[in-house]
Amino acid sequence: MAQEFPELLNMRAVRIGIDDSFNWVVEHWSETLEEIFLPIVHLLRAIENFLLWMPWYVVIAIIVAMGLAATRSKWVALGLGVMTFLMGFFGLWEPGMKTIALMLTATFLAIIVGIPMGIVMSRSDRVERIALPVLDIMQTMPIFVYLIPFVMLFGPGKIPALLATIVFAVPPVIRLTNLGIRHVDREVVEAFTAFGATRRQLLFGVQVPLAMPTIMAGINQTTMMALSMVVIASMIGAGGLGYQVLQGIQRLEISRGLLAGLAIVFLAVIFDRIAQAYGKRMQQHLHLGH
Amino acid sequence: MTQQETKIGIESVYKIFGPDPSSVLDRVKDGAGKQELLEETGHTIGIRDVSLDIGVGNIFVVMGLSGSGKSTLIRHINRLIEPTDGRILVDGEDVLRLDAEALRHLRRYKMSMVFQRFALLPHKTVIENVMSGLQIRDEAGGGLIPKGGPVGGIAKRLGLSSGTANAEARDRAQAQVDLVGLQGFENQYPSQLSGGMQQRVGLARALATDAEVLLMDEAFSALDPLIRNDMQDQLIQIQNELSKTIVFITHDLDEALRIGDHIAILRDGELRQVGPPEEILMAPADDYVSRFVKDVNRGRVITVGSIAAEYPAVELVAASFADALGKLEASERNTVYVCDGDGRPVGAVTTKMAQEGRDLSGPIADDSKLDPVQTVDSAAVIEDMLPLAMKSEVPVAVLDGQGALAGGVPRRTVLSALVRRTE
Repeated sequence: MAQEFPELLNMRAVRIGIDDSFNWVVEHWSETLEEIFLPIVHLLRAIENFLLWMPWYVVIAIIVAMGLAATRSKWVALGLGVMTFLMGFFGLWEPGMKTIALMLTATFLAIIVGIPMGIVMSRSDRVERIALPVLDIMQTMPIFVYLIPFVMLFGPGKIPALLATIVFAVPPVIRLTNLGIRHVDREVVEAFTAFGATRRQLLFGVQVPLAMPTIMAGINQTTMMALSMVVIASMIGAGGLGYQVLQGIQRLEISRGLLAGLAIVFLAVIFDRIAQAYGKRMQQHLHLGH
Repeated sequence: MTQQETKIGIESVYKIFGPDPSSVLDRVKDGAGKQELLEETGHTIGIRDVSLDIGVGNIFVVMGLSGSGKSTLIRHINRLIEPTDGRILVDGEDVLRLDAEALRHLRRYKMSMVFQRFALLPHKTVIENVMSGLQIRDEAGGGLIPKGGPVGGIAKRLGLSSGTANAEARDRAQAQVDLVGLQGFENQYPSQLSGGMQQRVGLARALATDAEVLLMDEAFSALDPLIRNDMQDQLIQIQNELSKTIVFITHDLDEALRIGDHIAILRDGELRQVGPPEEILMAPADDYVSRFVKDVNRGRVITVGSIAAEYPAVELVAASFADALGKLEASERNTVYVCDGDGRPVGAVTTKMAQEGRDLSGPIADDSKLDPVQTVDSAAVIEDMLPLAMKSEVPVAVLDGQGALAGGVPRRTVLSALVRRTE
C-alpha cells in the first residue's frame, strides 16, 4: 500500500485558527459591515421595485427600444422583445425582474469599483504583477467558496448574494480596463505628453477614451458573469430566477428548472446583444469614423 | 549660410539604455565599443557625445538610418527621453534643470511636435484635434476631456471638466486649418482622411500652439512620395511665413537636402557630419557620408552660389578696353565682366576676343563690342542653369539678391559639380 502523506503540520489546528479568527471578525464587525453595505441594498430594492412597478408592456417596450438603438436592426430588437414576453408568458415575470435588478446592481457596482482598479493597475507594472494572479485566483476559485464568508458575515439574504456576485463578476472589467489603457497607441500618449499634458489630462483625455471599446468588452463580460452567478446566489437568498431553478432541483420538477433556465438564457441574450452592439458602435466611432 | 543666434544647443549628450546607465558612462566616454558594452554590461548606446547648435529660424535636419539614434535625439530636446549625460539648452536655459511644472510650461508654450504616424485622437474631429494642443494649457482639462458620455460624466463628478468652450482656441485652430489647406474638413474624423491630410492635421495642431520650436519626427516618412513632396513644399512655404526653428528627423537624404538649412548626419548614435546641404554633398566627411550622397541628384541640391568663383570686373563707362585687358592678364581668369553703374553685368571681355584679333581699343562706352553674358541668381540650383551654361561660351555671371555681379561659373565647374565623386 502506498505510503500516506505525512502530516507536517497539524492542519486541523490551522483550520480552527482560521475559522476562529473569522468568527471573531463576524462577532465584532458584522453589524458595522451590514450598516456600511445597507445603501447598496437600498439601491437594489429601488431598482427591483421600479422594474416591478412598471407595467410589463412598458418594460418590453423599453427593451425593444434599447435593442433598436444599439443594434439598429428591427429584427434583433423584435427578437429581444419576444424573449422578454416569453419570460412573462412562462409565469416568471416577477423572479425575472428581481434577477435583472440583482444583475444590474451588481454590474453597476462592479464597474464603479473595477474601472478605477483597472486604471491603477495600468499605471504601475508592479501593481499589475501582483493583481494579475489575484484576479486569476478569483476567477478559478469555485464560486461556492465565496458564499461561505459572506453568509457568515451577513446571514442569508440580499447583501451576501449581491457582494458575492460583485466579487465574482468584477475581474473582467478590471482586467480589460488595464489591458485597454496599456494598449492605447503609445505615440498618441507621447504626443500629448509632448504638448505638456499632465498625467490626469492624459488619463481622461486620451487613455480612457481610446480604451473605451476594450473597457466596454469588459463590462459586457462582467454582465454575463453576474448573470451566471444568479442561480448560485439564489442559494443564499437572492431570490429571482435562480431560486426557481433551485426549487426545481429540490422538488425534482424538471419543468420548473427548464423554464427558469430558459428565462436566464433569454436575459443573457438580451443583455449581451445590447452591450455588444453598443461596444461595436463605439469601436466604429473610434477607428472608422462616424 | 550665415551663422545665426543659437536657439537650441545640444552639448555632448550621451544616452545609454540599460539597467544602470551611469555606471557605464565612463567606459562609454573612454570609447568603449557598442558590441563589447552590450556583451559585458547589457547596456546599449543610444547617443554618444552629440553636440549641435541649432540656429534661430533654421530648418535643421537630423538624418540617419534606423537605429542611428535620431528619434532618440529629438526626444531629448523636449525631454521625452532624459539624457544620461550632457546639457540641452533652449534659449540658453538648461532644459534638464527644469522641474515638472516648468517642463510642462516649456512643452505647452515653446515647443510642439509632429509625429510619424500622426498621433491624432481618433474620436475627435479635425478641428478638435487641432485645438487639443491648446486645450492642454487649461489645467482643469478644458475641452480635452469629453463633456458627454461615460468618461465625461465621471470627469465632471471629479470636477475635471471646465465645460466652457474656448472660442479663442477655436479661432486659432481654424486659422491653422486654413493655413494647411484643410478648409471644409473641420468636422471630419481622422479616419476619414488620407495619410497626407491626417499629417496636415498633425502639423496644424503643432502650429496652433504658436510655439517657436517645431520638432518633426519622421513627419513625412509614412506618406506616399508625391504627397511627401507636397508636404515638403508646404512646410517650406509655411516656414517662409512663420520662421520657426524646426528640427526635422528623416532617414531620407533627398528630403534632408530639400528642406534643410543645416543637416546633421548620425550613425550608431554618433555625429558624422554637420553642415549646410552643399557642404555635405561637396565635402563628405567620411566614407559613410559619401556612400550616402552618392546617389543624390546633385543638380537639384547644389546652389549656383556655392560653386561660383570670383571674377574680375570693370565699369562700363569709366573703363577702356586696355583696362579690361590689363585686369584679365593680372587674374588667372579668361574673362572680365563689364558692369553698369549698379554693378549689373552687361557683357564680357575674354582672352579669346584678344586672340581673335578683334578691335579692342579706346573706351568701352557701350556693350556693342562685348560678348553677351548669361546671368543666373546665386540661389538657383545648378540644374536650373544647365541650359545656360551649355549655350554660353562666356562663364555664366552669378548675381546676388540685388542683381549685382557676385561671381562667375564656367561650364567646366558646373559639369564637375554635377559628376563629382569623392576620392
